[in-house]
Amino acid sequence: MAPKTTPDTLAKFKDPALCRNLLDRIRAELPGPLAFMEVCGTHTVAIFQSGLRSLLPEEIRHLSGPGCPVCVTHEGEVAAFLELARKDNVIIATFGDLMRVPGPKGTSLKQAQAEGCRIEIVYSAFDALALARKHPESRIVFLGVGFETTAPTVAATIKVAKEQGLENFLVFAMHKLVPPALAALLQDPEVNLDALILPGHVSTIIGVEPYRFLAEQHGVPSIITGFEPLDILQALLLIIDQRKTGRPQVVNQYSRAVADDGNPKAREIMAEVFTVSDALWRGLGRIPDSGLALAGEYQRFDALTTLGVEVQDLPPLPGCRCGDVLKGKMQPNNCPLFSKSCTPATPVGPCMVSTEGSCAAYYKYAL
Amino acid sequence: MCLAVPMEVKSINTELNVADVEIAGVKRQVRLDIIDYPASVGDYVIVHAGFALRRLDREDALETLKLFQEGLNLQFN
Ligand code: SF4
Repeated sequence: MAPKTTPDTLAKFKDPALCRNLLDRIRAELPGPLAFMEVCGTHTVAIFQSGLRSLLPEEIRHLSGPGCPVCVTHEGEVAAFLELARKDNVIIATFGDLMRVPGPKGTSLKQAQAEGCRIEIVYSAFDALALARKHPESRIVFLGVGFETTAPTVAATIKVAKEQGLENFLVFAMHKLVPPALAALLQDPEVNLDALILPGHVSTIIGVEPYRFLAEQHGVPSIITGFEPLDILQALLLIIDQRKTGRPQVVNQYSRAVADDGNPKAREIMAEVFTVSDALWRGLGRIPDSGLALAGEYQRFDALTTLGVEVQDLPPLPGCRCGDVLKGKMQPNNCPLFSKSCTPATPVGPCMVSTEGSCAAYYKYAL
Repeated sequence: MCLAVPMEVKSINTELNVADVEIAGVKRQVRLDIIDYPASVGDYVIVHAGFALRRLDREDALETLKLFQEGLNLQFN
């Protein structure tokens, strides 16, 4: 019988002796300064939490990228969902992280709720269906944020809503796609990166293929990685190897969770419900083909058209440098507002709100 | 919100298309709509936003660990 993946097996990915060994090898083999970006906010937090940041050699510079779904939600999208919240007979269903994201006038969903708007925190898009059943007289608007990891869960939920004929369930689809954002990032001449650590759970869905251009067109070594200290250290060693051989590649280090072709079933459901569209990203602007809009017969679930709300291309909040932080051009603690007017208790930008946001991670672990 | 964690499948209800999963005493019910490979009781699945995304591959996890371990042994020999 095949051995089981037990909590024991999982714990071994944190084994201090193994970590020390990999760290020693990184130190011995590092050919020079290396700036890597981890795209995903969960990696940012994992790198801080495990203490890796302070253990890595100083020549390794670590940047955080645009991979926190709350952080990349555009100013115009925040304004639009606040407008949706103020509509009569609407109940907003949202993941908790969006509650405190400040809108253009500084208000958030939390404040809107205090003013009497009906807002429910859900753990899953599917929970919003239960709300729709419970409140047939109201319209439930689910705020669909998240990358390729989350979008299929929302797509599957919309499919069930259709099957069950839940007419009062609506979705504001703000989903964003990672590879087009990486392409936009690497085309920016001010962004300087030697390597990328690719988001493990986005890759669970999309697989390896959509990242090939990173190595082939941009010459950037890119590793799909898990979230344990050993995973991240091994990814760095793989990057160092590629540096030495001068052959940039996309490597899947996280094969225990990521099949090379990802999860075709999830992609199928996503492609049935959504169609690829342009999207506005905070700090990165409009990126062609980087978002998802409801497709065909699923368009009737679209909250914006049903309730007559539009997303406007609003300017960034005064003083907030989230855009530069998301592009790895600025470390959070170099933002003039960091830990002064902007703290997790009084966030100015979304990067300070979400637990996966770089500013929040810096505030918690690097101060 | 983006967090995805491995959890152990404790029971499966094919009629409702859900599974009960658990890790370190935390229990959840997850949807099985998008998992690509059917999971069975005792498997670990990656759970995100109320859905199981994928079954964790045991062989692969052990293989990766073996690689790390070999690196360590080489150094000590
Ligand atoms: S510290 Fe606050 S204001 Fe500055 S970039 Fe981060 S979130 Fe924006």
